[in-house]
Amino acid sequence: MPNLENPPVPLAAELIPPSLARPASLVALFWAISGIALQGFGGVLAVVQRELVEKKQWLTTEEFVEDWAVSQIMPGPNVVNLALIIGDRYFGWRGALAALAGMLTFPLFVVMALTIGLAGIGHLPAVQGALRGMGAVSAGLIAGTGIRLVPALRTNAMGTLACALIAGMVFIAIALFRVPLAWTLLGIGLPAFFWALHCIRTLAAVPQGQP
Amino acid sequence: MTGFGYANLLDLLGCFVTLSLLSVGGAITTVPEMHRFLVAQNAWLTDSQFSASIALAQAAPGPNVLFVAVLGWNVGMASGGGPANGPLPWALASAAMAVSMVGIIIPSTTLTFFAARWGQRNRERPEVRAFKQSMAPVVIALLVATGWLLTASHGNLQQAPLLWVLTVASALLVWKTRIHLLWLIGAGALAGVLGLV
Repeated sequence: MPNLENPPVPLAAELIPPSLARPASLVALFWAISGIALQGFGGVLAVVQRELVEKKQWLTTEEFVEDWAVSQIMPGPNVVNLALIIGDRYFGWRGALAALAGMLTFPLFVVMALTIGLAGIGHLPAVQGALRGMGAVSAGLIAGTGIRLVPALRTNAMGTLACALIAGMVFIAIALFRVPLAWTLLGIGLPAFFWALHCIRTLAAVPQGQP
Repeated sequence: MTGFGYANLLDLLGCFVTLSLLSVGGAITTVPEMHRFLVAQNAWLTDSQFSASIALAQAAPGPNVLFVAVLGWNVGMASGGGPANGPLPWALASAAMAVSMVGIIIPSTTLTFFAARWGQRNRERPEVRAFKQSMAPVVIALLVATGWLLTASHGNLQQAPLLWVLTVASALLVWKTRIHLLWLIGAGALAGVLGLV
């Protein structure tokens, strides 16, 4: 019954609008990702969403959520995976390398400079306080970015009700009961996968042109 | 604290290569295992050196995984006798940093690269579409939960009420406005320096 939720939309792949723009060159990609990485205090994802989806429009919100899903499910640092996937999409393996280099090169210099420079003063109350305050803000940035992505669920094949249910259960499991990610994915993600598969097959069985 | 030498670079590489392939959800999820290897098992770092390394990398711009570079650097620096001990510790620290980063980055990115390509080639298959569709609400909820957990690690609402206010306010601002994110980070740092949170 998922298709009763939102009958006209769920042939999602065809209806998602293609992204509007693309990076002009490998060099442009490298600098764009470098700029994003250097603005990402306490997590780069919020900046990636702002810059690549909203400002540059290299990706639609739907594409962003799909790529993010792959980045997060695969092992490795999520934003690094995300940059790799986006780079590969536009320029193949050279794009993946350029994006990877952009994500890591300058931030590595900055963090090493901080490590060497702050070696003696890291324990001072003011430094500790600043770190704590920045940590609280970056926690908010990550959560706020999550909320901002919710509209991408409107075209989801599983229907909005199922999406809300799945999201709610994942939040409760991870945030309130501290269930490890692997178990959450097995317990909630796997049933969700089969539900989505069922919805997609049901929709595919409906002849074209009929509701 | 002098246990680490060039002969241990391979051990370090092996540790991070393994953890790279296990780091579903980000390198930060393998911190407990890194702590076991670097602090408890080999005593290459003390407890406070370990925590300070992670806190520092979190405050710097860029992907969180850079805490691994700081860990590697500090392993070499501590065992070489500290920064004032001539060029030797600097060389050891650089080598340990490079080995750690290569170990944590290369395996997972290679795997992701080929998996994402496979998914892109087969994107019309029902299984691939179902995977992406079913993971969308999961990863969105994970982001909100991560924000929650990060702030909760500093204390609950009674212990650190202003910290929670700061987190919720920045979440709302990101959600509803287009204010530049660096202003928010700066405000957080300032509130911390002034001792408000």
